Amino acid sequence: MRRPLGTRAPLLAVRGAALAYLLAFVALPVAALAREGFRGGAAKFVAALASDQARAALGLTLKVALAMAAVNAVMGTWIAYVLVRRPFPGRAVVDALVDLPFAIPTLVTGVMLVALYGPQSTLGALAGASGLRLMYAPPGIVIALLFVTLPFVVRAVQPVLLELDVGQEEAALTLGASPWTAFRRVLLPPLVPAITSGTLLSFARALGEFGAIVVVSGNIPGRTLTAAVLVYGEIESGRPQVAAAVSTALLSFAFALIVTVDWLQRRARHAVL
Amino acid sequence: MSIEVRHVTKRFGGFVASDDVSFVAPEGQVTSLLGPSGSGKSTLLRVIAGLEPPDAGEVYITGSDATWVRAQDRGVGFVFQHYALFRHMTVAENVGFGLVVRKQKRSEVRARVAELLRLVQLDGLADRYPAQLSGGQRQRVALARALAPRPRVLLLDEPFGALDARVREELRAWLRKLHDEVHMTTLLVTHDQEEAMELSDRVVVMNRGKIEQVGSPDDIYDQPATPFVAEFIGSTNRLEVKLDGDRASVEGHRVDLPPGVLQRDGSGESVAWYVRPHEVELRLVSGRGAIPSDVVRIMRLGWVVKLELRLPSGRVVLVQQTREQVDELGLAPGDLVYLALRGAKAFPAAYSI
Repeated sequence: MRRPLGTRAPLLAVRGAALAYLLAFVALPVAALAREGFRGGAAKFVAALASDQARAALGLTLKVALAMAAVNAVMGTWIAYVLVRRPFPGRAVVDALVDLPFAIPTLVTGVMLVALYGPQSTLGALAGASGLRLMYAPPGIVIALLFVTLPFVVRAVQPVLLELDVGQEEAALTLGASPWTAFRRVLLPPLVPAITSGTLLSFARALGEFGAIVVVSGNIPGRTLTAAVLVYGEIESGRPQVAAAVSTALLSFAFALIVTVDWLQRRARHAVL
Repeated sequence: MSIEVRHVTKRFGGFVASDDVSFVAPEGQVTSLLGPSGSGKSTLLRVIAGLEPPDAGEVYITGSDATWVRAQDRGVGFVFQHYALFRHMTVAENVGFGLVVRKQKRSEVRARVAELLRLVQLDGLADRYPAQLSGGQRQRVALARALAPRPRVLLLDEPFGALDARVREELRAWLRKLHDEVHMTTLLVTHDQEEAMELSDRVVVMNRGKIEQVGSPDDIYDQPATPFVAEFIGSTNRLEVKLDGDRASVEGHRVDLPPGVLQRDGSGESVAWYVRPHEVELRLVSGRGAIPSDVVRIMRLGWVVKLELRLPSGRVVLVQQTREQVDELGLAPGDLVYLALRGAKAFPAAYSI
């Protein structure tokens, strides 16, 4: 670590202000939530989590987030690969399109998806006729999550891919590897940390998603009610205990994921150097 | 095991990287594609390797048409300028890659990897990662990796371009020695004329997507076919010679036409005359065919002395002499000296670039 000489005193202020900001806006609310969750003691916290409703909501949340993450890992990598290695006319537009889900209010996302896949829409009716219910069912939640989290894997993989010398893939070809073998054995291994961290980030984001889900899921307790929507409902109904317990569970999970992502990103940086 | 390129054209948008190019890299020899950057030499090499499809023309490797054979089936060894080693694999895994993807037996792969690491003198480094090697070592790993699957021909794309001068010279000598042992048909792309001269049996000089000249290193140095080759290979001075019947003059001073210079009728015509720095004789007294000049600078580089001389028109001529010759004349900056031109190569001025 290098820093300019003669900046010791201002440095304390520079560092102090940044840390105080983080404390006030991130650490304190987190601590407040944890305190609220354990207000009635550990036993009550466990009891609140063990309730049928809370268990079903947490289980559903993990399931849809896992399904989303699996699709995202593959498609996000695929999109990043096409954007970086297979140039096509209009690439700049598509590249910008990738960020769009971040810019759209998630409630609007939900409304869009209901308009497209809802029972009243052509697509929704078609799917319904073949026995697949999209909206107001778990598949709809996964679709909403895929939309909302699209940029995570793409944007994690893209810069790493840009850094990787195309020569390595070409070398693999001249050595007798098929394009698929070259992708799998030469391109993919250095991308794994980036793919993993992007996927975990999208997973963490999915755990807490509310806006898009509340519109598309139908919020049927025990069937399509996710943890974040449950928290909202519990607060609205004046039962903060369950809300705080479920929130604390979500929070600890998200925190563990973020720490993992951070570690992976450090490793990814090493791999590129 | 020769490489033959027939009428290959390759465009990138409006840019013609290779314009109806044909040449042969004979079996067992080292052939260089030499030219400035953007002359199309690397594109040609990539077309031969199957990494770029040509817009027109054919590529023959070992006598059979390889134009539309996929890169992975061509059996060429390719060495990239920036090594393109697989960073997540060890040296041994890199060298063995071409054997493993061809599903060779593990024991065979291991034996061949060991054999090649010995050949490139990296026996002890099998378990290192590319990041732990020096530039010269990485390039030798890249060479071993390219040779491991026993390619029919070896293609080298500016293989020493990313290395510093000393390592480059060592590797060059080593590569020449290696070639004398394995005798593989080799095509080398370089912009470094010294590299081309030192390593190759045959040099193909390229410029703007076209071939300027094909010949032995001596041929292209002694008998440049075009003004471009004369200027690109070795250092040279370009002088304008006015022709008037059988009289020729440079800057108003009558000079003798050296043998081989085209004789032209008609007056007022001029030709471009290329004179290498060592093809100039310096004198202290005027005489037939001598052009006066001022000594601007004297650079003593050990045995060789370089002089910058200014002609009356202001044109600067670079001259190279031995230390003995200069000391004998006792030259110092500001002195007047007379030049006599020897062994120049002339081209019609209209032909100039």
